[in-house]
Amino acid sequence: MTMVEEPATTAPAREVGQSRKRKEDARLITGKTTWTDNMVLPGMLHLAVVRSPVAHAKIANVDVSAAQQAPGVIAVFTGRDFAEEQGSIPCAWPVTPDMVNPGHPSIAVEEVNHVGEAVAVIAARSKAAAMDAVELVDVDYDQLPVVLDMEAAVAEEADLCHDHVESNESFAFVFDAGEAGTGVDTEQVFADAEVVVSRRFVQQRLIPAFMEPRAVVVQPQGDNYTMWSSTQVPHILRLMLAMVTGTPEHKLRVIAPDVGGGFGGKLQVTPEEVISLLVAKRLGKPVKWAETRSESLMSAHHGRDQIQYIDIAADREGNVKGLRCRILSDMGAYLRLVSPGIPILGAFMYVGIYKFPAYRFECRGVFTNKTPTDAYRGAGRPEATFAIERIMDELAVELDMDPLELRRKNWIGAEEFPFTTAAGLEYDSGDYEGATQQALQLLGYDELREEQRRRRESNDPVQLGIGFSTFTEMCGLAPSRVLGSLSYGAGGWEHASIRMLPTGKVEVVTGSSAHGQGHETAWSQLVADELGVPFEDVEVLHGDTSISPRGLDTYGSRSLVVGGAAVVNAAAKVVAKARKVAAHLLEASEDDLEFANGSFAVRGTPGATKSIQEIALATFAAHDFPEGVEPSIDADATFDPVNFSFPHGTHVCAMEVDTETGRVEIRKYACVDDVGTIVNPLIVEGQVHGGLAQGIAQALYEEAVYDADGNLTTGTFVDYLVPSAADLPHFETGHTVHPAPGNPIGAKGIGEAGCIASTPAVVNAALDAVRHLGVSDIRMPLTPERVWRAIHQGGDGGDRATAGTNAYGGAQTETTAGVATDASALGGDR
Amino acid sequence: MIPAPFAYVRPTTIDEALQAVADGGEDVKIMAGGQSLIPVMRLRLAAPETVVDLGRVTELRGVRDDGDAIVIGAMTTHHDVLVDPLVAQHAPLIAEATETVADRQVRARGTFGGALAHADPAGDLPAVALALDAEFVVAGPGGARRTVPAADFFVDYLTTALGEGELLVEVRIPKLAGQWGMHYEKFTRVAQAWPIVAVAAVVRRENGAIAEARIGLTNMGPTPLRASAAEAALAGAAATPDGIAAAARSAAEGTSPSSDLNAQADYRQHLAQVLTRRAVTAAAGL
Repeated sequence: MTMVEEPATTAPAREVGQSRKRKEDARLITGKTTWTDNMVLPGMLHLAVVRSPVAHAKIANVDVSAAQQAPGVIAVFTGRDFAEEQGSIPCAWPVTPDMVNPGHPSIAVEEVNHVGEAVAVIAARSKAAAMDAVELVDVDYDQLPVVLDMEAAVAEEADLCHDHVESNESFAFVFDAGEAGTGVDTEQVFADAEVVVSRRFVQQRLIPAFMEPRAVVVQPQGDNYTMWSSTQVPHILRLMLAMVTGTPEHKLRVIAPDVGGGFGGKLQVTPEEVISLLVAKRLGKPVKWAETRSESLMSAHHGRDQIQYIDIAADREGNVKGLRCRILSDMGAYLRLVSPGIPILGAFMYVGIYKFPAYRFECRGVFTNKTPTDAYRGAGRPEATFAIERIMDELAVELDMDPLELRRKNWIGAEEFPFTTAAGLEYDSGDYEGATQQALQLLGYDELREEQRRRRESNDPVQLGIGFSTFTEMCGLAPSRVLGSLSYGAGGWEHASIRMLPTGKVEVVTGSSAHGQGHETAWSQLVADELGVPFEDVEVLHGDTSISPRGLDTYGSRSLVVGGAAVVNAAAKVVAKARKVAAHLLEASEDDLEFANGSFAVRGTPGATKSIQEIALATFAAHDFPEGVEPSIDADATFDPVNFSFPHGTHVCAMEVDTETGRVEIRKYACVDDVGTIVNPLIVEGQVHGGLAQGIAQALYEEAVYDADGNLTTGTFVDYLVPSAADLPHFETGHTVHPAPGNPIGAKGIGEAGCIASTPAVVNAALDAVRHLGVSDIRMPLTPERVWRAIHQGGDGGDRATAGTNAYGGAQTETTAGVATDASALGGDR
Repeated sequence: MIPAPFAYVRPTTIDEALQAVADGGEDVKIMAGGQSLIPVMRLRLAAPETVVDLGRVTELRGVRDDGDAIVIGAMTTHHDVLVDPLVAQHAPLIAEATETVADRQVRARGTFGGALAHADPAGDLPAVALALDAEFVVAGPGGARRTVPAADFFVDYLTTALGEGELLVEVRIPKLAGQWGMHYEKFTRVAQAWPIVAVAAVVRRENGAIAEARIGLTNMGPTPLRASAAEAALAGAAATPDGIAAAARSAAEGTSPSSDLNAQADYRQHLAQVLTRRAVTAAAGL
């Protein structure tokens, strides 16, 4: 046979550690790929969803007759039409045994519970015809009281978000270190404490705002259904669709083609995915649903939205003694896939990097008539990090200590790893002092402190502040047993397989479904090193349950740490299998073979070598194979680590505050992250920048705002402010490297670190600039108005007006879909 | 999102355009660059029956010297305004403000006249036109022309003096004689956003004092406004930081700004004062 190319003869340089440009970017950036919304199938129908304009009401009547008769409309379905088969959107994380789940129909049947909830779906020959018919569906709503404020929702005699459940509380979760045996009695510590500082922090509601709006295509073929969806989780989606709709799992294939971002926002089983499947089933026709941006902002799940009551106890010397956290976490109107688990993921991170003897965490999940919340970049850990890093600054002020000195006094020393915290987690590795020293140098700390002093003395209208965040997080959502102990509905392993093709090229199948992270590049680098093949010879396949049959997808900074580890382990199995073949072909003992740079060589016999490519071809031919060995060197691996990994780092922000206008501007930002072994520095840098942008956005720009009637007034990007590069500073980044001991790569995870770490650094910096003016807190986002009010009127800046800006005619949702009452943002009938 | 169905007409001359507008009846909408109209149509906040697209009316484009004024054609794009030498020489304030309008893509399509006729109180150019005492040349049914001073052009929220069947043709910017300085001070939360408040200042200095100041306010009410009290206080005031600061304190007099996510009314009024001080200071060359 002559089909094989000349095998690579020169040893490739080690790939891991190289800033390879991403092999997927050419097609992603130029659009030479098929996004879900680009799919066109013969006879395909287009769906448009009719959404509730009211936040809470009984559905008295749905009249679809006019819509049914509209040009191009094939069918219109309401919740009643699917009541028997739509089941409930699944919640896979019952965080307590008695958690209340009111049930979540994909199309509302009796009652709507948030603006934007689906009440009917149109199937038409064109997208335009479907959208035109939306306005023809006439729904009568009997309005009910609207529950919007969490503190009011859990008060006595509150109005109910769902009248068939007893209260607005879904669950009350408690972790107590004293009871768990990981700490001493928290109440006693607080009773005995010399100093206690208490604060109430508000984690505003955020919208993931992924770049590619969601889209679904379903193709029925006999009793089989193929779904293309812009999802992070094709494997979980397939399983859940089977369970929810009763479609047998083996009759469902889910494909996530190239997906344009997610940030947790596509870690979901959405009503629209269920609806699309049900309509395709009912009509026997392929269907497509693709959302508009304003539909996405209104109905795709939101993130954060917590009120945190944090108490910290310490002695006068600054030794922390205890931490007590009481959290209200807004679930929105329904429980989605992992809604209740989000605050619970944070439960174990509130102690941060500090050696607290005592710790207690209580969290109540609360229903409100708003869009459901669920995973958003960091998922529970940004909230925890914000709380601890903000309260450490407040404690420093109370004790009149330098905030860094207070941290240093209490953090885990480099020599103390592995360290088990009061929250019961075993931190793997790191050096907080080392990262901090490097970050201070990157920032030019001493000069900026000097400038801050000068500006204070001269009473400059522009004041300068410096804020810290010395954070850690838990990454690599995996250990299946740990997830099981937290009542999570699935495991956390990840799967990979490697197929050696006859030409020596390599197909890597990963269960970790990429949506922008660069898996194809990083996995290629890993495999190139393990198998000694050229980077270009590796193709990474993902995101299709038929091609990649086993997987748990991408979220929680788990891909490299868990999925990449599976790839490395699979490669090791390939080498082990190839070794037997090589020994046979070279007529040597396996023990005498060395594998390096993609070739087996017989020790002491120069020239006796077989490359992995030659072995792949020999395996394909199988003409001359060892006795009793099956002719395949392909291999699978499933990796399930025993522990999380714990990236850490020090982020330092220098902030200018214009005291005349309240405008804040980041002067300089430096961060040093320890993410363990770095496979691709370019990708890591990109993840850091993107994470910082999103973390800074929470501090300064983004907030999902509802008016008093429950209308989302930040319904377009005019009012939901996502910053661009023009709004962000240059980032000074650095790294320390302490490999993670829990996986073969040594990587810790980088997907969320920037987002988790940066928010408190930014807020701490702004407060440091104006604390001498009497400001002790400013609510996020730090709008110029809030900062100005905090400086000149006291308090935390207060509530914002809820009306959307009037620019280009008032683009807020209210005018398109919502109600206008005296209570709503614009008042009266508009 | 997809707009509701509409009829579309694309004239090539002003006369054809006027005829198309007349034929379009009550529910006709004139489209210049489309950078405001298309988004509201896509959101279905507007659903005109007929859209008259002026994109091919070439006689509406360009800037010319008309002796005591420069004349900017209504369909001149923001980009073309930005690179125009006459604008740079006689009305640099327009270029300065135009440069802050949205982003490069929007400036390539959006037009000077379209932005003014849209009369968004958060738009940058209406207050600038007001501060420069611009004159609006309007063509009516049959081709009749009339000229509307800027002070009379902006009537209410998204409403101008343009009557039914009328078309904004060009805008005359009077040339200024003497020692004038100009500055546009814009306050936003993010780049590319509409201003929360902005101030356009045009200042004439004489013998170390401020002889005359014209100040246009953006987003301080349903229409752009002149800060008349501050203008009066500045006339004859010393061109010093203290003099300007004292006058700027009256910048918000007579304004009625709205309250929205970005700012409540009292904060907008505070901003108007700070930004007026900064704009006048810069315009006065201090």
